[in-house]
Amino acid sequence: MAEKIFSAHSGTDAHAGDIVVADVDFVMGQDGTSPLAIKALERMGVETVFDSERVALVIDHSSPSPLEGVSALHTIMREFGKRTGAKVYDIGCGVCHQLIPENGHVVPGDLMVGCDSHTCTYGALGVFSTGVGSTDGAAAMASGKLWFKVPETMKVTYTGALQPGVFSKDLVLYLAGRIGADGATYKAIEFCGPVIDALSVEARMTISNMAIEVGAKAGLMEADAKTLAWYDGRGTRAPHPETPDADATYCCDLTYDASAIGPQVAKPHAVDNVSPIEEVAGTRIAQGFLGTCTNGRLEDLAIAAGILAGRKVHPDVRFIVAPASKRIYLDAMAAGYIQTLVEAGAAVVTPGCGPCVGTHNGVPSDGENVISTANRNFKGRMGNSNAFIYLGSPATVAASVIEGAITDPRTYFG
Amino acid sequence: MGTITARAFKYGDDINTDYIISGKYKFKSDDMEAMAHHAMEELDADYHAKVKPDGGFLVAGRNFGMGSSREQAPLVLIHSNTKAVLAKSFARIFYRNAINTGLPVVECDTDLIDDGDELELDLTAGVLKDVTKGTEIPFPPLPPVMATLLADGGLVEHFKKHGGFSL
Repeated sequence: MAEKIFSAHSGTDAHAGDIVVADVDFVMGQDGTSPLAIKALERMGVETVFDSERVALVIDHSSPSPLEGVSALHTIMREFGKRTGAKVYDIGCGVCHQLIPENGHVVPGDLMVGCDSHTCTYGALGVFSTGVGSTDGAAAMASGKLWFKVPETMKVTYTGALQPGVFSKDLVLYLAGRIGADGATYKAIEFCGPVIDALSVEARMTISNMAIEVGAKAGLMEADAKTLAWYDGRGTRAPHPETPDADATYCCDLTYDASAIGPQVAKPHAVDNVSPIEEVAGTRIAQGFLGTCTNGRLEDLAIAAGILAGRKVHPDVRFIVAPASKRIYLDAMAAGYIQTLVEAGAAVVTPGCGPCVGTHNGVPSDGENVISTANRNFKGRMGNSNAFIYLGSPATVAASVIEGAITDPRTYFG
Repeated sequence: MGTITARAFKYGDDINTDYIISGKYKFKSDDMEAMAHHAMEELDADYHAKVKPDGGFLVAGRNFGMGSSREQAPLVLIHSNTKAVLAKSFARIFYRNAINTGLPVVECDTDLIDDGDELELDLTAGVLKDVTKGTEIPFPPLPPVMATLLADGGLVEHFKKHGGFSL
């Protein structure tokens, strides 16, 4: 699948290991990376972008600005948008990895790059999307092209069916625990099988989002009828999905029985430090966080609201919720999820990345444990090196904030 | 690029970009000189103070630079006077960012190097010597595309020189 997308975008017969200069369909940057990209463009002497319809900048990592230095960076982005015509998603719009697909900027079969490592999220839509640094992003914004090494592909198949109370987050944490943080470095992963087919498009995005946590360049899934239906009314361009050939070659082929996988938790301070929930259940927590590009979508808020309806957040726990976009926020309000979560004791913050990357909106205190739906738990990630971050599914977080300790959510799915 | 001689500063496996420069600093400003004081802070609060005066090689294990795409990671290392990063393997975004910003990266068996060893690196000739031990450490040459970019002085300079990609 990766080879077919690179062939179509480079005008070559691209194979794993080849270096190609390929056309990119879209380029994205966020507020932690765009200012450096804009500086690089200035140093290149480039004043325009290759196509203003195909470049977007998102203010999400420190949004709204908590500091004057950040405000200055945001100003650089807004001025760049005015100057070049590139779309700028300002404060309150949401997290880049929700906004880019939600607004139809990428469609199945596309090749795109973003100046953010979790750009691999759109692999779930059949898009070859990958994270790059600011200078690579600048080169792509200037020329509409970038050089790539065509990756080998690792196939990951989930057989069986998910138990009640187990979600796509648990599947990808399980994979990280098995193959480790560099288990797929330089490779693309193709996720497939009956469990992936049965997942919603949103739940698939959770898996592709975390492909980078095992080092992968992309986390691809075949665009199916569900994907194409998800695009109804969103796409600015027609999808042109690529499918894997029946005789496609893979560098390795892993199969896991999803029926045997329970809720998983990544323990401090590494994403591949994964245990079945039974081994960490009972660990006291001071804060819960529901949100991020991994798990801040409508379905995630619905799962948490379903568990918290008529219940209360433990008095010793702070529960922070950040919907992944304004549209999700509005839909969650219309569905009553926000009402339920706030009544239970949640503090809802502006759609954005703040708590996950430690810029603002919920920095934990020394010695505190946090249970979070995010994708990274590195030391200091949430802004305090002396805090301890555990990662789990939205259901695990919701069950845990009620008990004040890490809790197996399956008790709520009897 | 000539020969670079400096001391080895050795660290472990899986060093992520949050440890190279924490998110709490990188989103604040674009002043790399100031931010460089926090380079490697989660692992070694004195990194900048130790490396800045005479320069140094950052020596690590597997999967150096895993995690985020932040280009501030190679930039704060450069601004801390890091001459090159030597590791058993690199995460791919960091590897590209390092080349694009002009920070040499060398994939080699770093078990052969101890903290504090004097190293001599000649990238053009492809020779790495551990002067303290009197040994030579082999390493594969950079892929031609990356060698071109590094020789041009990074991707920005490559674009200025050629008006686009010329690889």
